[in-house]
This record gives sequence, C-alpha cells and structure tokens, in this order.
Amino acid sequence: MRMEQMYQEVILDHYKHPHGRGLREPFGAEVHHVNPTCGDEVTLRVHIDDAGIVADVSYDGQGCSISQAATSVLTDQVVGLPVERALTVVDAFSAMVGSRGSVDGDVDVIGDGIAFAGVSKYPARVKCALLGWMAFKDAVVRIVEAPAGSTGRKNDEESARSGGQWT
Amino acid sequence: MSTATLNVTTVKDDFPLLGREVNGHPIVYLDSGATSQKPRQVLDALDRYYEEINANIHRGAYLIAEKATTALEDSRAALAGFVGASAAEEIVFTKNATEALNLVTHVLGDDRFDRHVGPGDEIVITELEHHANLVPWQELARRTGATLRWYGVTDEGRIDLDSLELTDAVKVLAFTHQSNVTGAVAPVEELVRRARAVGALVVLDACQSVPHMSVDFHELDVDYAAFSGHKMLGPSGVGVLYAKAALLASMPPFITGGSMIETVTMEKSTYAPPPQRFEAGVPMTSQVVGLGAAVRYLERVGMDAIAAHEHALVAKTLDKLASLDGVRVIGPTDNVQRGSAVSFVVDGVHAHDLGQILDDDGVAIRVGHHCAWPLHRRFDVAATARASFALYNTLDEVDVLVAAIERAQQFFLSGASV
Repeated sequence: MRMEQMYQEVILDHYKHPHGRGLREPFGAEVHHVNPTCGDEVTLRVHIDDAGIVADVSYDGQGCSISQAATSVLTDQVVGLPVERALTVVDAFSAMVGSRGSVDGDVDVIGDGIAFAGVSKYPARVKCALLGWMAFKDAVVRIVEAPAGSTGRKNDEESARSGGQWT
Repeated sequence: MSTATLNVTTVKDDFPLLGREVNGHPIVYLDSGATSQKPRQVLDALDRYYEEINANIHRGAYLIAEKATTALEDSRAALAGFVGASAAEEIVFTKNATEALNLVTHVLGDDRFDRHVGPGDEIVITELEHHANLVPWQELARRTGATLRWYGVTDEGRIDLDSLELTDAVKVLAFTHQSNVTGAVAPVEELVRRARAVGALVVLDACQSVPHMSVDFHELDVDYAAFSGHKMLGPSGVGVLYAKAALLASMPPFITGGSMIETVTMEKSTYAPPPQRFEAGVPMTSQVVGLGAAVRYLERVGMDAIAAHEHALVAKTLDKLASLDGVRVIGPTDNVQRGSAVSFVVDGVHAHDLGQILDDDGVAIRVGHHCAWPLHRRFDVAATARASFALYNTLDEVDVLVAAIERAQQFFLSGASV
C-alpha cells in the first residue's frame, strides 16, 4: 500500500498520542504559523534556559496527522539540546523532508523524524511535515535576536504575518 | 439543442484523462469544482488552431490572421449566446474569473466611472464567498474609504437573507451564484430585487453555475458576472466578464497598453470601445477558441440534461453520506436549489489525510478551505473534504467515493491496516 509508506505506524502513534502538547510557561517566544493552502495552524512556544539549552517546546493547534505528528516528534528531538544542536536537527529534518526522496535522513540525528522520509515523495505534504519545525526555528531566531530584556513574544496576528508560510 | 437525458458513458469517452489510471485504479475525478477535465473536441480545437490559423488577431493583413480573428470573435458570440448576453459586446475575455472580478472592483474605485464608490458608501458581499469575490472587495473598500458589509450564512450553508438590511448607502452587492463549498444556489431574484430597491449594482460570481446549469444573465438581471473557462471544459488561462452593455460603455479601462486604445499621443490616450477597451495586450486566442469549442460541446449535451444528471449524482452522494457514521455534510442536505459541490467532514480524520487515502484508491477530491476561509470559520472547521461533480461523473463513482471514505475511517479510527 502506497499510503503506508507515508502513514508509518510511528506517525499514527504520535498523531493519536502527541508528545509535549499544550502551551506552557515560561517561554522566550511564541509564534503562530499557518499553512494557507489547507488552514492548518500551530501556536508554538520555545523556552531556552540560561545555559542555552532548549528547555521546553510547547504548542497547540490543529491540522492533519502529518503536521501534528511531526510537531510531536519535534519536541522529542530538540528538547534538552543546546540551541545550535537543535537547529542542526531542524536542518537535517528539513533537508530530508524536502528532498523528494533523495536524502535518506540520519536516525541518530532526527530520531522518529525518520518516519517522515516517505512524506518527501508527496510534495503537497512537505509543508505539513515542516509546519511545527519551521515555527520552532522562527521562535528560536526571535529569542536569539531579541534585544536583552525583551521577550520576543509577539501577538498572533503579527507573528502570523511575519512568520507564516506564504506560497 | 438539448436532449432529455445524458448518456454518461458516451460523454465520459470524450475525455481522454478520465480513461487513465492512478495508483493502479481507474481515476475517479471528483474535483470539477476546482477545474474540469477537457473533452477531445476542445483539445482538437486547440491543436487545429495552432496547426492551421495561429496568428496575432486584429492586426495582420493576411489570411490566417483574419481567420484567427474570426475564430476568436466566433467564440465570443458563442459565449454570449450561451449565457444570455444579447450582444457579443457584453463579453470581455480576461485571464481568469479572478481577473474579471478585479476588473470590476478596480473600475468601481475609479472616479471617471459614474458608479464609483467612495467614503460613506457600502459594499455588500456574503460570508459564503470564495476569496476571489471577497479579497478584491476588501481592497476596494480600503482604497476608497467605503465600508464592507456582508450577509451571514445559515446553518444549512445558504445566504442568511435575514442577517442584513440594505440601505441607500449600498452601492454594490456581490455574491456567488452557487457556493463552491456548500453547493447552495443563491436566490438571485430576491437579492437583485433588494439591490434594485436601494439602487445598487449587482455582481454575480458565476464560476460554479455556468458549467453546471443553464444560465441567462439578462433574465437574472445582474449587472456583472464573472466565470472561468477552465471550470466549463475549456482550457486554463481564460475567464469571462459579462457586463451590461451600457455599463461597459461608460467604464474606464483596467489594464492598459496595446490593443485597447483609440488614439495615442505622447500626452494622453483615448480608448477603444468595449470589449477591446478591456482586453489590453495580445489576447489568449487559442484558449478562447478552445473555450468556444467547450461551449459547443456543452450545448450539444444540453445544460438541462447536465443539471439533471448532476442532481442525481448529488442525491445519491447525500443519501450515502448520511448513512455513514461520523460524516457531516457542510451545506444543504435537501438537494433543493443545490449544485454539485458536496463538502463534508469526517470525525477523527483530517480532510488532508482523507484526501491522501482517497487518492490511494484513485479518487481525486479537494481538501482544505477551498479558498473560502471565512466560511469554514463560520462552521468552526479548519478544513473540509469536497467532492464536486460534472457531466462526466457516474453513479458508480459515488460508490467508489463512499467505500474509500469508509476505508479512511478504518485506517485512522481503528489503526488497523486496511
């Protein structure tokens, strides 16, 4: 079955039992990303501690199994990592998902993210898989680039405009 | 011209793409609301145009240029006859229906037009609109200082006529003839009556009606109507604006440049009469010729026969979906004043996932908000799945759709491999 290449058991597990879901305090930045083609959306918060470790990623939103499961996997893979390492994980996941099947992905780097290798063959679903991951990257950038003392938090409307994926 | 019933086997055989397979299954194409497939007769017309008479129109002093010009104008006349426009001068070709609507909203913001809107004026649309008949009105309001208001939508997915009273401030009322999401057919006569009572212009988005039923714009008495070629068996790249001749004659241009002028000096220009005034640049001649062939095809099958056939398809679909647990139709379920778009949600299965599983069975549907995001918010759903029918769909294909939905439910709700 073609669809089982995409809907791996691990993806369905994350979809039905998402990890890290819910919005929590504290956080350094909150972003709201939408996929304008299908209406999927995610509100995502990132907390980076004083040691530069991704201490928490919390999120809420709605969307298809691919977008929801991918965001669940994201929290597993990046929480607890130094920011720089977390961003390399994001890059590795993005590279695989956007490769149209030409990049296998490294399970040691992206963990359960490897289950999304099949998604790369469905161009229409790549944005779904990347929704939460791009939101995370955007939130990290806001925290890192925010002037000392400010929070990098933005209201939904503003962040949707500046951080949304427009196609 | 029209026959009593439609022989769907004969019709389907005219569409090469519908004989193909996807993912090992015969394709079941249920996305005609997005774009229709094309019959051989249209494809042949395109080929013949390029093989025999391709030339730039309205200029060349040679035979094939004259033939190309004649072919384009013949198509215009065919379109005019098809939608009840009395003169070919009421039909303007545009890039697509979106451009046709933008032509209207642009000119309504131009102070050279005596019907232009300004501060204090109101523009009325509905919550049912496709973004193409919504965003341009927002932009017009922003540019002119006019206020945008709208009719709400009933739980059934129809325009809620009780939700708004029109006042003399209303200068234009724009609405969709047939919703691309709920399938509801608008009460055009009543809305036109209300618009006339306050002296407002009426703009009809006819994208989802013209391909599926007999439409007569003069009889409907709308001032403007827009529809797309590609949804009515024609090629992509051509849309149509219908406008009453007197209005068109008094309108300033939208896009300017070659082909639309009368005289040009270094200081200023004067403009050609309609429809040329609104057709700047080299036109999409081949697409127009293809669209003319599509009109002839539809007329040969007969619009009343097509409407009756699609009505039966929708009846079966509504009936079958009602028998499925956890499936809810967003739109009228009584199959009265209702077109062939059937949108629905499946509990526990996101529309995007549903579409993917249906594709595995060769069934092509649309998923998402179908360019009607506010309408989806109105129903508190982020996305719906939409099956939309055309003259070439069969009753058996409804069974394939329903079986595929059941398979998706099994896959996502039980977790079992199917």
